[in-house]
Formats: sequence, C-alpha cells, structure tokens
Amino acid sequence: MTVPRRGGIAFISCVAALLCFPGRAHAMHIADGILPPAWAGFWFLVAAPFLVLGMRELRIRSGREPRFKALVGLVGAAVFVLSCMPIPVPTAGSCSHPCGTGLAAILIGPGITVVVASAALLLQALFLAHGGLTTLGANLVSMGVVGAYLGSGAFLVARKVRIPWLLAAFLAGVVSDWGTYATTSFELSAALAGDGSMGSLFLPILAAFAPTQVPLGIFEGFLAAGAYRLIRTRRPELMDLPQEEGAV
Amino acid sequence: MRTAIAVTVLAVLAMAVFLVAGDRNARWEGVDKAVVEKYAMAAGRPPGKPWIDADRGDILPFLFLLAGTAGGFTGGYFFRDLFRRKDGEINGAGSD
Repeated sequence: MTVPRRGGIAFISCVAALLCFPGRAHAMHIADGILPPAWAGFWFLVAAPFLVLGMRELRIRSGREPRFKALVGLVGAAVFVLSCMPIPVPTAGSCSHPCGTGLAAILIGPGITVVVASAALLLQALFLAHGGLTTLGANLVSMGVVGAYLGSGAFLVARKVRIPWLLAAFLAGVVSDWGTYATTSFELSAALAGDGSMGSLFLPILAAFAPTQVPLGIFEGFLAAGAYRLIRTRRPELMDLPQEEGAV
Repeated sequence: MRTAIAVTVLAVLAMAVFLVAGDRNARWEGVDKAVVEKYAMAAGRPPGKPWIDADRGDILPFLFLLAGTAGGFTGGYFFRDLFRRKDGEINGAGSD
C-alpha cells in the first residue's frame, strides 16, 4: 500500500469505527431551515476561501511529507467524534459537545483543520441529522474557521509570551470552543433578528449558551492539553516539532 | 504517577455519574434544542427535517453496525501500514 493512501484509510476506518456510538448529537450545529437562504449562502461564501486555502495547504504539505496525511486522517476522525459527542453538563442540566478544532489546529494547522471540519460536518449532516446541508457554510465558519484560527492564534500568542506549551494547548482548546459558540450566536442573531436589532438577540443567545458552554470549554481545554501532551511525548515525529530545551 | 492519574480520572467519572444521575429534574436537552431551536422557533424559522432520516426503527443501529464492521476491518487490516514507526517498528509489537 502506498503511503499517501494511509491518510484516507485512517480517516475512513476511524470515522466508520467511531460511528459505533449510536445516538443523535445535540449541540451548536445549526439545522437546515433555521437560516434564511440569503444568510445560508453568505456563510458559504465566507467559508469557501478558507476551504480552498486549506486544501491547497494539505496538497503541498502532504506532497512534502507523505506521512502527514495519516495524521490528518486521524485528526479528522477525532474532530468528527468530538464534535458530535454529547456531554452532560451538571451545572446547566443540559448537554453539549466539544469541537476539537482547537486541538486540530495546533496539530495540523488551522487551514487544514478547516478541511477536516468540512468533512466531519458533511458526514454529520448527511447521516446523523446533526447540522444541515444548507447550513454547512455557517457551521463551517463557526466551528472550522473561527474555532481553528482562534485556537491556533491563542496557542501561538501564548508560546510567544513564553507560556508553557501545556498551558498554551489548554488555552487553544478553551478559546476555540468559546469562539465557536460566540460565532454561532452571532450567526443566529444576524439571521433571526428580523426587524429588531442584532445586538438585542446576540447577547441573550450567548447568555443562553454560557451555562453549558463555559464549563465545557474548560473541559475542552483539558482535553486539548492532554491530547497534545500525549502526541508530543509519544509521537513527536508526527508533529514536526523543534526539540525545545527545558520544555515543560 | 500513573496511579494518581487513574484515581483522579475515576474520581471525576464517579462524581460526574453521581451529579448526572442525581439530578432528576434536569432534562439533559442538547443546546441545539434548548438554545438554537428555541430562538429559531421564536423567529418563525423551525428546523427542517434531515435529508436522510436514518432514525427509523432499527435502521440507525444497523447502519452503525455496518460502519463499525467496515471501519474495524479496514483499520485492523491496514494497522501495520497506519501505525508504523519511522524506523519500521510496529507500535507495541516489536520489529516488523
């Protein structure tokens, strides 16, 4: 088997195997019918350039290092599972899910994270009634684009100011999760405000997400830090990391 | 260290199960219903039906079974190719 095929096989087999967890997911994905067509189209236009750039980056990086595709496949499977895994939050009495794009962004880069998020969201919309096809653009912008770039940005800034990488990964997970839900609130309020002001709807939606998503975002931070530590210590060659002296 | 991690994980899980199972008033709705759908309904834009509604009878578990079987077989068959170390050693299995 050629090396580049491993990525595809890894992604397909992991996603298929992980589909063994039955049950519908319940969280931030916007379902079909909620966004008016104009807004649904607008978010597709916003997401498109990021997706094109991500695919271009994936082609270049996997051409340079064929093993990279296997990592992308596995990260894609992780994003798929995390973003449809309902977790009960006792403080709120409701369920929601992490996004996984913060972790993905610090492992494979934000551009390629947009690509894997698009694949995960498409599968969820088609087979799990989670999200929707007409709202794929909006969900991709919130979870893929904003989640990935905010998470990656938080990680880079934290490393720039010499915060230990474990804490930087934690921050990436938290910021990515909260950013995703803030963007979903923005998308909903922009589309549903009608004659009212967008601001008057944005804050109530954001406040409604908060009791569930604030603790879950912190959980996602721990998840990102743990997963990042595991890969960094056990399989550093997958991350193409420079060896840092005295790293935590 | 490993024992400490295991004890911490078990304690957190036990606490979570206790909190989740103990709250009989909680409905454990997803935020898609509790937040997204609530505001969408208020704005007169209820969510539409899924394009492929697999949640009918035992169709969904059947699809999960098919996907799990196919995924497990593929992952197992190509395990050595997927998880080969740089030096050719197989993860946890000594040399190739």
